[in-house]
Amino acid sequence: MQIIVCLKQVPNTNEVKFDTKTGTLIRDGVASIINPDDRNALEEAIRLKELKGGTVTAITMGPPQADYALREALAMGADEAILLSDRAFAGADTWATSLTLAQAIKKIGHYDLIFCGRQAIDGDTAQVGPELAEHLDLPQVTYVKKIISMDSDKAVVERALEDGYEVIEVTLPAVLTAVKELNTPRYATTSGIVDAFDVKKITVWGMTQLDIATGLVGLNASPTKVKRTFSPAVKGDVKFLTGSIKETVQTLLKELQAKHVL
Amino acid sequence: MFVIIEKTHCTGCEACQASCPVGAIEIDGGIATITDKCTCCGACVEECPVQAIKLENENNNIAPAKEAFHLGAYQGVWVFAELRQGTIMNIALELLGEGRKLADTLGVELGAVLIGNKVEPLAQDLFAYGADVVYLVENAELENYRTESYCAALEKLIKTYKPEILLIGATNIGRDLGPRLAGRVRTGLTADCTVLDIDTEKRLLNQTRPAFGGNIMATIICPDTRPQLATVRSGVMKKATPDFNRTGRIIKAIYPPDVKVRTIVRDIVKEAKKIVNLEEAQIIVSGGRGVGGPEGFKLLEEVAARLGAIVGASRGAVDSGWIPSNHQVGQTGKTVHPKLYIACGISGAIQHLAGMQHSSVIVAINKNSSAPIFKIADYGIVGDLFKVLPALLDTLKEITNGNKESSAI
Amino acid sequence: MDFALSPKHEMMKSMFREFAEKEVAPLAAELDEKSEFSWDLFRKMGQIGMFGIPYPREYGGAGADYLTFVLACEEIGHACTSSAMLLNGQNSINSGPIYKHGTEEQKRQYLVPIITGKALGAFCLTEADAGTDASNQQTTAVLDGSEWVIDGTKMFITNAGLADIYIIMATTDNSKGLKGISAFVVGKDTPGLSFGKKENKMGVRASHTAEVILQDCRVPKENLLGKEGEGLKIALQNLDSGRIGVGAISLGIAQAALDESTKYAKERQQFGRPIGANQAIQWMIADMATEIEAARYLVYRAAWLRDQKKAHSKEASMAKLYASELAMRASVKAVQIHGGYGYMKEYKVERLMRDAKVCEIFEGTSEVQRMVISRAALQ
Repeated sequence: MQIIVCLKQVPNTNEVKFDTKTGTLIRDGVASIINPDDRNALEEAIRLKELKGGTVTAITMGPPQADYALREALAMGADEAILLSDRAFAGADTWATSLTLAQAIKKIGHYDLIFCGRQAIDGDTAQVGPELAEHLDLPQVTYVKKIISMDSDKAVVERALEDGYEVIEVTLPAVLTAVKELNTPRYATTSGIVDAFDVKKITVWGMTQLDIATGLVGLNASPTKVKRTFSPAVKGDVKFLTGSIKETVQTLLKELQAKHVL
Repeated sequence: MFVIIEKTHCTGCEACQASCPVGAIEIDGGIATITDKCTCCGACVEECPVQAIKLENENNNIAPAKEAFHLGAYQGVWVFAELRQGTIMNIALELLGEGRKLADTLGVELGAVLIGNKVEPLAQDLFAYGADVVYLVENAELENYRTESYCAALEKLIKTYKPEILLIGATNIGRDLGPRLAGRVRTGLTADCTVLDIDTEKRLLNQTRPAFGGNIMATIICPDTRPQLATVRSGVMKKATPDFNRTGRIIKAIYPPDVKVRTIVRDIVKEAKKIVNLEEAQIIVSGGRGVGGPEGFKLLEEVAARLGAIVGASRGAVDSGWIPSNHQVGQTGKTVHPKLYIACGISGAIQHLAGMQHSSVIVAINKNSSAPIFKIADYGIVGDLFKVLPALLDTLKEITNGNKESSAI
Repeated sequence: MDFALSPKHEMMKSMFREFAEKEVAPLAAELDEKSEFSWDLFRKMGQIGMFGIPYPREYGGAGADYLTFVLACEEIGHACTSSAMLLNGQNSINSGPIYKHGTEEQKRQYLVPIITGKALGAFCLTEADAGTDASNQQTTAVLDGSEWVIDGTKMFITNAGLADIYIIMATTDNSKGLKGISAFVVGKDTPGLSFGKKENKMGVRASHTAEVILQDCRVPKENLLGKEGEGLKIALQNLDSGRIGVGAISLGIAQAALDESTKYAKERQQFGRPIGANQAIQWMIADMATEIEAARYLVYRAAWLRDQKKAHSKEASMAKLYASELAMRASVKAVQIHGGYGYMKEYKVERLMRDAKVCEIFEGTSEVQRMVISRAALQ
């Protein structure tokens, strides 16, 4: 099986702190990691390869530093890695990102399966997978939590719903997006890390290699724009709720509802 | 693509610095400078009060090559009426409530898209909750949601009737359909919006959403393409009070022939809510020594069951043997970060706080008004948890039973 | 000059850290409390190649370097000293003698299983009267036809009774003094090999320590490791890498003590403000932080020298001495910062303080390290 895994390098949002004075994110010293759902996608691809033979190609779009995420994918067991990097790709929203990825995947040519993570922890949009499937005219199954069977021309998977799951049969090639219930990603081995840096190579493709028009990449090709960003309201001091017990709980529920935590 | 600062215009006011989501702007010698961290997102451009910041193409040619949309041809606000097993999802009704406001602001009709098999009778409910028009596509092929069939039905509707805004619930289905549709009709999509409003001057939908795990909020616009697509999570918007005398038009559309559908839904399985571990719980109802014993925890469990929450405990309660240690929250227990943490009879020892202080909203119920837990709580109730929790349960039951449909909650 | 880790080493370090946080740390307190060796953890560490870090691929090693090994000791040591000792032993004294002095046959039979995590090793040098004076070996080995007959008792042996493969030092020729000691490889099932009761230790309680008893223990001639009379050289040669490893484990302990302390100093409120606002606490933290940086570069540099195949005995001793004594100082300060809570087993610093002590003692006491360092300085 030829499997392509799309990865995103993201800041570890658990470590991101917010500077309440300047209202900006403090990203200095925050580690960049492979987006967690993408690691599940990669793990599943590697397992399928181990089961069925074939190759796993990891692909990411990002700045030159995203090389590190691909090295990690190689260390976990990916065979090939492609970095899509070009200044012209900057500012891309999900639409433009998925189009660039689609162009690269067309260039790769042969594949049976494309795996993405459900969503990235920095944006949480869950859009690149389905948009990629559309650009490539492939069927998609999102929120894949289990692979029941995988043949050369079709797969049967479980797709998570809020209150259960669907069992879906999909013809291949297809785009699948992974949720974390799918598996537990392995640790890279020490020898895997050595090979990722000393043996395996990363291919870098830019505008020239992809043969794509400037209007179709980056900010130019992005239908959405960030109008502004701002810090969410800062937690204030405790608000004591008073009155009769009945009134108190009613006020509380109203407040919680208004804050969307209930 | 890069960001240019017109040094002669820049006043060094730092407005751009505050707007930059990635901290890529530094003020150097009273003038803003862009560092390597810049992702060219353009957030600073709008923020500059003196228009000193510009986004420039490498060849100074800012010409979006997107397919030209006749923006004026697109009119109306639509809501996707998601169904599960033939029932309208609550989120669809919530979106109708929000869509109604947007449609009124724009002075246009509110449409609801109803796709399924033999679902026409549901149109009445959609009218009751605010829709003026129901766009109905019925076909046996549409019995269950499948990405490609639903996308094709919506694509046809959009191309025929041209709405300017389409709202979709950010459910596992909506988040499958939304981006596929955005790719298909070549327009932008903003996921998981928490605030929607109209920039009346530019006739644009401001779509505000959290990013970076809620550390930052971003307002996204979709200026050049239509429809403006947004998904919204359930519980964020309010549904309107239904008026079952309200009526509207039903526009029946044809499900296009020869739609390529490459998936088969073999089965739909309902699962009872799994036991989620504390670390992943969205809501935690936690008890301390004030709970008094295992009996008290039964009350907490009842509240938790009502809220879809998990029961947590302080070290004191665990050590007393009232609840197993796998429920313990704190330095020596689990570290949790739910969106809601309700601390009942927990004084708030440092070791407990260490495990839960990063919860989004903390409610503390304690008899002692000077308990340390109140220092980090958002809401405090000074009182007996054996009186407060039963009252809470009653109120929650009333809401569920619909006895208080019109109350504010 | 470059003080930054390469991306490869960064990735190793973060992998070790993630493993330590997710797999090791959650078990550490319980294993300590129950004084239990975790075979499950042993298996997991073996699977990701933590036991053959500096060894070549042909023997199942990772083909990485000593710096990587040190990063592993540091990160695992941050979570659990006992587990880090396991890692250190497997990568150094349990395997090094076989790798350097073993025949190809011995390497296949003993080295490969150890570094691939299929077998646990033990290094048996210490005796009741041969501690710091390792040359005073009372255990003897006598050639009887085609077999060596080993008799004696080894003390404070890590993994004794659990290990599959034992490297044993014994006197083969009393008349030759230091050059009369030889090394042997002995399999667990060899008749005549038995084990004393498990020691009840102050710290590193998840590491299994016991006596190794050899009574008419017969091994084939081929089980001699290296040449006859080379035993002490073999043993001492491998102490250097073990010492760098202990330095790295100590560094992990000290860093953990600092991390726990800074967290607590920010959270713990007294007199209406965090205790970290008090200068008394700030100074302790400043000293810990500074000394940890110093220790880190001593340890990294010793590993680097070894990777460059340069002399490193003195530097290994310096790294071990400084880092282990720092681990002790830092963990005592950490307990002090935690006050009454710090004295309770519920807080990690209590364990850190008990664990730190052994680092000043094993693989050469602080006094031995000072001997090595001063000898080099006075040369």
